[in-house]
Amino acid sequence: MKIVVLAGSIVGSKTRTAAVTAIEMLQNKYPQHDVTLLDLADYTVEFSDGRNYFEYDGDTKLVAETVMGADAIILGTPTFQASIPATLKNIFDLLPVNAFRDKVISMIVTAGTSKHYLMVEQQLKPILAYMKAHIVPTYVFIEEKDFLRKEIVNDDVLFRLERLVEDTVLTVEAYEGIRKKQDEEYDF
Amino acid sequence: MEQYRINPSKGMEFGLYSLGDHIPNPLTGDRVSAQQRIHELIEAAKLAEQAGIDVFGVGESHQTYFTTQAHTVVLGAIAQATNDIKITSSATVLSVSDPVRVYEDFATIDLISGGRAEIVAGRGSRVGAYHLLGVDLQDYEEIFEEKLELLKKINEEERVTWQGEFRPPLENAQILPQPVNGTIPIWRAVGGPPASAIKAGYMGIPMMLTTLGGPAINFKHSVDAYREALEQSGFDPATLPIATTSLFYVADTTKEALQGMYPHINGGFIAIRGGGYPKQQFAQAPDTRDALMVGSTQQIIEKLLYQHELYGMQRFMAQIDFGGVPFEKIMKNIEIIGRDIIPAIKKYTAK
Repeated sequence: MKIVVLAGSIVGSKTRTAAVTAIEMLQNKYPQHDVTLLDLADYTVEFSDGRNYFEYDGDTKLVAETVMGADAIILGTPTFQASIPATLKNIFDLLPVNAFRDKVISMIVTAGTSKHYLMVEQQLKPILAYMKAHIVPTYVFIEEKDFLRKEIVNDDVLFRLERLVEDTVLTVEAYEGIRKKQDEEYDF
Repeated sequence: MEQYRINPSKGMEFGLYSLGDHIPNPLTGDRVSAQQRIHELIEAAKLAEQAGIDVFGVGESHQTYFTTQAHTVVLGAIAQATNDIKITSSATVLSVSDPVRVYEDFATIDLISGGRAEIVAGRGSRVGAYHLLGVDLQDYEEIFEEKLELLKKINEEERVTWQGEFRPPLENAQILPQPVNGTIPIWRAVGGPPASAIKAGYMGIPMMLTTLGGPAINFKHSVDAYREALEQSGFDPATLPIATTSLFYVADTTKEALQGMYPHINGGFIAIRGGGYPKQQFAQAPDTRDALMVGSTQQIIEKLLYQHELYGMQRFMAQIDFGGVPFEKIMKNIEIIGRDIIPAIKKYTAK
């Protein structure tokens, strides 16, 4: 199973911290799976211009192809102006319609205050649903006060992240089972 | 219809078209050479003619996995190799070419073929040609409208005086050679949503509508919108033909058709679009109401008649070679089309 943990911002540290924590949990619990961190801060990604995702060059091609090659994506996003950052939206814009068909996506959201706790429901989930993702319904919302010097210090958040990581892997397995059962019915 | 060389009394026309895609056969991983692929296209056109197929089209796409970028040259070879079958582009990406050169090419193909050439002009669904040939995608809409208008004017007028934004002006210019009967049928290639169909209607130009899959009824909006726009612009819809196109695979049984087509359509989609064709959706495709042309001979006949009832089109164009389909399968499809499908379709649609 290929799992990509994507940190969707090019500034700040909270989302990256949460993403790295998720990676460590994945590696401890599921050493057999192939886990990749894509922190957009490490790449220079072009704006989408309508090309196929594999026709870009450099970082843009690498990021888009890594996302498209994943079985599961754990999306980490901060909250900018009551929504996701433009850098993350650009990743979606680079990909084709139905890009997330047969992929599982779970979400980790960071924000300055609790006022944004529904941002994911209103802003992010509709995009993922449109792109045909199997969305893990429960996400982990992390506030400013849950971090101290680039570490998560709230045990509740850590427990929830553990459950998110587990749900992500189990959901991929469940959908693999469904697909297998479906495919057995087809004789082509 | 006569102006477009369509005779409704003979029933709906059946055509084949290719984008000249050059994708490995997913079953073997082998890819024939570009030379062989082009020769097989010319051979397929000859077989199509022998099978009684009405039209053969070749399109251009300027990127990896394609081989007929110079589609007019291939059409010229087909013109020479055949005697009766109509020859069309499917489509010509007009936005990246000079309409004068396009007209010269097709008028020449018309002369070589003895009056069998047609042009289907489109904007292209892939952007490769724009980057390669230095056309700004920013002008995607306007450049096509302007060039199509000019192409139509060249077709209609003996001497052309014209001025626009994307090409130097023409002053009483004579565009030579002239086609056999003075004009060539020129169609507009239209994708799924109605917006482009409406533009074809405003211009009063025949429409070739792609219906690549999903419920056939969804494309009726575009057909209705086209005819409505024609009327609004003072054209009589009864005088302007519509063609529809789809991916196509026929076999003796449904199972054989599904098994025969799936690896190619799935592999082709992965190569060109970066994502495969969902099996669940494909399993629904043999249903009469689905636009994707896959199934047994009888199922295909029923689909075509159902769509003819829905759209009232004058021509159907099938793409039978998408996704590295080996030539023996192409020959088998042409054989069934000629032997069983065309006689049935003509019988029911002739007026």
